[in-house]
Amino acid sequence: MSLNGWLQITLFITLILFLAKPMGLYMARVFEGRRTWLDPVLVPCERLLYRLTGVDPGEEMRWTQYCVAMLVFTAATLVLTYIIQRIQYYLPLNPQHLPGVAPALALNTAVSFSTNTNWQSYTPESTMSYLTQMLGLATHNFWSAATGIALAIAFIRGIARREMKTLGNFWVDLTRATLWILLPISIVLALVYTSQGVIDNLKPYTTATLVQPMTVTSTGADGKTSTTTVTTQTIAQGPTASQESIKELGTNGGGFFNANSAHPFENPTPLTNFLEMLSIFLIPAGLVVTLGKMVGSPKHGWAVLACMTILWFVGTCTCYWAESQPNPLYHNVDQNNSYILQSGGNMEGKEVRFGIADSALFATVTTDTSTGAVNSMHDSYMPLGGLVPLTNILLGEVIFGGVGSGLYGMIVFIIIAVFIAGLMVGRTPEYLGKKIEAFDVKMAMLFLLIFPLIILGLSAVSILMPTLGLNSLANHGPHGLSEMLYTFASAAGNNGSAFAGINANTTWYNYAIAVAMFFGRFMMIVPMLAIAGNLAGKKITPENAGTFPVTTPTFTVLLLSVIIIVGALTFFPALSLGPILEHLLLHAGHTF
Amino acid sequence: MKKILITSVLYTAVTAILLGLGYPLLIFGLDHILFPHQADGSLISRNGQIIGSRLIGQPFTGDAYFHSRPSAAGNGYDPTASGGSNLGPTSAALISRINSSVAAEQIGKAPVPVDLVTASGSGLDPDISPAAAYYQAPRVAHARHLPVSVVNHLIEDHITERLFGLLGEPRVNVLELNLALNALSPQ
Repeated sequence: MSLNGWLQITLFITLILFLAKPMGLYMARVFEGRRTWLDPVLVPCERLLYRLTGVDPGEEMRWTQYCVAMLVFTAATLVLTYIIQRIQYYLPLNPQHLPGVAPALALNTAVSFSTNTNWQSYTPESTMSYLTQMLGLATHNFWSAATGIALAIAFIRGIARREMKTLGNFWVDLTRATLWILLPISIVLALVYTSQGVIDNLKPYTTATLVQPMTVTSTGADGKTSTTTVTTQTIAQGPTASQESIKELGTNGGGFFNANSAHPFENPTPLTNFLEMLSIFLIPAGLVVTLGKMVGSPKHGWAVLACMTILWFVGTCTCYWAESQPNPLYHNVDQNNSYILQSGGNMEGKEVRFGIADSALFATVTTDTSTGAVNSMHDSYMPLGGLVPLTNILLGEVIFGGVGSGLYGMIVFIIIAVFIAGLMVGRTPEYLGKKIEAFDVKMAMLFLLIFPLIILGLSAVSILMPTLGLNSLANHGPHGLSEMLYTFASAAGNNGSAFAGINANTTWYNYAIAVAMFFGRFMMIVPMLAIAGNLAGKKITPENAGTFPVTTPTFTVLLLSVIIIVGALTFFPALSLGPILEHLLLHAGHTF
Repeated sequence: MKKILITSVLYTAVTAILLGLGYPLLIFGLDHILFPHQADGSLISRNGQIIGSRLIGQPFTGDAYFHSRPSAAGNGYDPTASGGSNLGPTSAALISRINSSVAAEQIGKAPVPVDLVTASGSGLDPDISPAAAYYQAPRVAHARHLPVSVVNHLIEDHITERLFGLLGEPRVNVLELNLALNALSPQ
C-alpha cells in the first residue's frame, strides 16, 4: 500500500460526495417536471417521441400498470436483441463477416443486457458485429439503466405521495431518464475517452506487421509439436467510445472487448480509469440525494449515503490491503511496493498503468454497484481480495448500487431496519410518516429471500451435476467453488463481472445464468413495486415523540447492522468454504 | 394491454434508431473531426507500413529487446482474443508458469520485478514498470554492445509519470522503447 494509492482513493470519494448533491437535485427537477437548462433542446425531442409512439404523458399509472408497461417494454427490447444477433451475418456493418450467434448464447446475451447484467459468455471481438454492438447491445445500456432509474423514481413517489393510487408514468420517466440524464453525460464522456485513446471507428480489423516475429509452438492432435512463425498482429477495431461511456454511467458493464476495461482500447490511461469509476457512482449517489429531496427530508438522504460510504470504505481498504500482499507461493519475485519503480503486490491479471490501488478501487466500485465492468481479472485476486467483490454483490449491491436498483434495494433494507426498530420499542414501525404494515414487510422479505434462493440453489445444482457444472471450472479446490458462487451471484445480482476462468458458454450455464439474471431482476422488481403502490395509498402520520428518526447516526448504524447481519447469516457458510478456506490453505502452502 | 404492446414496440423501434444508430454515429463523426488518430487506434507506421498501436503490446523475445509481460491473449498478444489467465492465487498451473517465467527472465540472483512474470488482465498490456525495464537494461546493453548507462538513460526518457503526479502508476511503453532502441542501435 502506498500514500499515493490512499490519496487517489480519498480524491475519488471526495469528488463523489461533492457531485452527489448537484446531480441529485438536478434529477429531482427532471422527474418533478420542473425547468432545466436543457429544456429548449430536449422538450421538442420529448414531444416528438411521445407523438411517434402514442404515449399520453399526462396518464398516471397504478403500480400494476407501471409494472406491466416495464415488463412488456423489456420483452420487446429483448426480442429485438435476440433477432439482431441471430441474423447479424445478413446485416450491414459486419466487416469481419461474423456468423449469426448460436441460440443459447443469443438468448443468454439478450437476457443479460436487458436485465442490466451484461454478463458475457462470449468474446465480443470474435462474436459480435459492429451493428450488433451498436443496435443490439449499446441500446440496452440506455434502456436498462433508464428503466432502473424510472423504477427508483416510482418507488420514491410511493413514499412521498399520500393517499394516491398511482406512481407516475413509466414512459415519461423512461424518456426523461434517457434524454435528460444518460444521453448528455454519455456524449461528453465519449469524446473525452477518445481524446485519451479509446477507439471509435467502423473499419475492418487492422493488420500490423510485428516488430519482432513471434514463434508459436503448438501440439497437434497426433501429439507432434510444430512451430509456426507469426509475423502479424490483427488489431480488433470498432465503435467503442460511444458504448464505453454509457457502459459505466448506466452501471451496465458489458465490455466492447473481452478484457473489458482492462483493454487498452477501452481504458487507455489512468484518467479514463478515474472517470469511468466516477461515472459508475455518479447517478447512484445522486439518486440518494434525489430521495431526500423528493420525500422532503434531505437529512435522510445523507444518513443513507453515510451508510453506503462506510460500507464502500471497508470494502476498498480490505481489497487494497489484500492485493498489496505478496503471494507466498512465488519465489525469486520482487513483490515489494516502490513509489517510483513499481506498484508490487499481486499483479497477476492487473495492468501496469493501474497498479494495485486503481485495480482494487475499481473492483470494489464495480461490485458495490451492479456494473460488473472490470479493469483487472477478479479470478486472479488474492483470496481475501476476491472476497470483497463477491461480498459486495452478495449484500445485494446496495452500496451506492446499480442505477435505480441500488436505491430501491436499499429502501427495502430500510423498511426491514425500521421494522426491527419498531419491534424493539413495541410500536408500529413508520418510515417517513408511512406506517409499515404486514404486507410491506412480507414483500420486503420476499425481495430479500429470492436473491439467496437463486444463488445458492443454482450453485448447489451445478456442484451436484459434475458433467454440467464442474467441468467448466478453470481453478480447483476452494477457488473453484468461489468461481461458481461468483457466477450465480453476479447473474442474480445483475452485476455481470465474473471469476472469468469459468467456461460459461455451455448449454447448462447459458440457460441457468439466463434464469438467474431474469429472476434476479424481475422477481425483485415486482415485490418492490407492490410495496411502492401500497405505500402511495397510505396517509402520512405526523411525527411524534415515539417516532424512530431516520435522519440520525443511530439510524445509519442500525441500517448498517441490518445489511451486514442479513448478508452474513445468508452467505457466511458458503464464503467460509470458498475464499476464506482458500486464504488459510494459501498460507499453509497448498496448491490445486 | 394491446395499447401497451403497441407502445412498447413503437418505443423500442424509435429509441433503437436514436440510441443505436443516431448516438453512436454522432460520436463517430465528432471523434473523426476532433481526434482522428486516437479514434483509429493510435497506430504507429514505419515506411508506410503499420507496425502496431502504441496502446497494444507486442511480444518480444531474445536478449536484444526489452520483453513485454507474459500474455494470456490467444498465443500471446492476440487482440482478437483479449483476456487474462484467470488463474487463482493457489493454482498449481499459475505457480509453475511463474517459475518458468522467472527462470527465463532472472539475471543473476536478483529477484524479478513482479509485473515481468505475471500476465496482465487484458493480455495486451503495452507497459512494463520502470523496475522491470531497468532490470532488463544490463542484458539488452550487453546484446546491443551499448554501455548500460546509455540504455538506462533511454528508459528514463520513456517513463510515463503519474498524471498530475497522482493518478495511475509510472510505466514504460515497451513497443516505443524497443523502437527507440532500434533507432539507436539498428539490429
